[in-house]
Amino acid sequence: MAEQLVHEGLQSAAPGEQGSVVVFEDVSIAFDLKTVLDDISFSVDHGETRIILGPAGGGKSVLMKLANGLLRPDSGKIRVFGQEVSSMPERDLFKLRARIGMVFQESALFDSLSVEDNVAYRLHEEHVPEEEAHKRVVEALKFVELEQAIDKFPPELSGGMRRRVSIARAIISRPDLILYDSPTGGLDPITSTTIVELVMKQRDVSHTTSLMITHRLQDAFTLAMNRFNPQTGKMEPIPNGGVDESTKFLVLNEGKIVFDGTTHELVHSTDPWLRQYLS
Amino acid sequence: MPFVSPEDFAKQKVAAVQEYSILSWQAVSAIFSRPRYWADIYTQMDSIGVGSMPIIVLTGFFTGCVLALQSATSLKAFGAISMTGNLVALSMVKELGPVLTGLMVSGRNAAGMASELGSMKVTEQIDAMRALGTDPVRKLVTPRLYATIFMLFFLTIVADAVGIAGGALVSVTLLGLNASSYFHASYRALEYADVVQGLTKPLFSAFIIATVGCYFGMSTKGGTQGVGRSTTQAVVFSSVFIIIVDFLVSRAMIGIFGR
Repeated sequence: MAEQLVHEGLQSAAPGEQGSVVVFEDVSIAFDLKTVLDDISFSVDHGETRIILGPAGGGKSVLMKLANGLLRPDSGKIRVFGQEVSSMPERDLFKLRARIGMVFQESALFDSLSVEDNVAYRLHEEHVPEEEAHKRVVEALKFVELEQAIDKFPPELSGGMRRRVSIARAIISRPDLILYDSPTGGLDPITSTTIVELVMKQRDVSHTTSLMITHRLQDAFTLAMNRFNPQTGKMEPIPNGGVDESTKFLVLNEGKIVFDGTTHELVHSTDPWLRQYLS
Repeated sequence: MPFVSPEDFAKQKVAAVQEYSILSWQAVSAIFSRPRYWADIYTQMDSIGVGSMPIIVLTGFFTGCVLALQSATSLKAFGAISMTGNLVALSMVKELGPVLTGLMVSGRNAAGMASELGSMKVTEQIDAMRALGTDPVRKLVTPRLYATIFMLFFLTIVADAVGIAGGALVSVTLLGLNASSYFHASYRALEYADVVQGLTKPLFSAFIIATVGCYFGMSTKGGTQGVGRSTTQAVVFSSVFIIIVDFLVSRAMIGIFGR
């Protein structure tokens, strides 16, 4: 199924865009006559981690939901794996979403299900045998260092633990694209760093394409200037003040793209608003 | 509160009816294709059916009691107190059993569905379900709809039975009637058309309870306040619709069966 989807995706992708996993073309959306995203165009290449920055209310979460087909744009086209999600029927979107993991702003764990059932939700839907599902849940929870919480229920978990369970739920099906909607929002700096480390681990170990929204510049630059060391199991700064080449930035303000480029370009931007935002 | 022009107001209402109709159609038709969530259907049957038994038994029983008690005065004036069983059976089976069961289940379950689904909506759990590749209508609405239809039918039969039993208790203990003649009168009063009418109504009521409850739940906006608003609206709308549809079904049945 996944191979077929990839094949179909590549066939329908425009020439020159075969490396792009997510493509937004002139996308606009408004709610109650208020424009939230205005003529947005950008693309995310295979293996790239795109950090989306910007003030609150700038349309970042809406952009994330558009990428997953949870919302439909008023105009413009959105292609994910070469398939146009902006006009795809919901039934086909369910198949496409099998390749996309999403971490929601407030975790969005199912309150009535245990951590194990939450993480295994997708596997249960795909009728994966119980034994294998349990094995994969333990594996995913080990990745987020939370295997001791397997029998707990979401209301018993702290905010940081809920985010980690949410990450485990997103990665369990080994998706080709992960969407992180403010995974560090509302968390203390230490817990935020733990979450950023997990995002980095997913980036450097699995090389999964991802989009990550954050309000914290510190998290964004930690992600861009560090790498995960599988030997030590911890993150470490990239030597000589280097930056991760696969990590790029997109800055949104009032529904428009203010910046789209690399870490180096971002820190050397001369745009007055951007300099003020970064300072 | 901002002023809404009559045109916008009308558009909003028409859009709401359209969304409700689409949701209802999707919920009904989802059972005819895979995947089907049988475990969720059984869970909902337990929650809606078994969970509603105590209130249905109590409501039905005391309605039967009070019906016998109140009608005795009028029947005595005509010297027809022996017809109490007749009156209680007809009233319970044709009207009070189905309507009161519908209203009680509406208060309990339409509210429950609206608040549960509403909470899931405002905490993005519905979106998470979609993001995980599951159709929320198929997973959440369809099981509630079919479970309500199936269980309300049997709850109505229970309400009818305990209502007649309640009437019997009052007739025997307070009105001094003979139990055998009461039940005989009850049995003879009922005809095929009465039973069909009484058992058709819960099918419509159940549809209204589940679809209205789920619609308000799925369209919840505005945090916890929105959940409260959806819950209230679900109970109010489903209760009013049950009574309106009860009248329409009664009229249609009288037209078909002549009684």
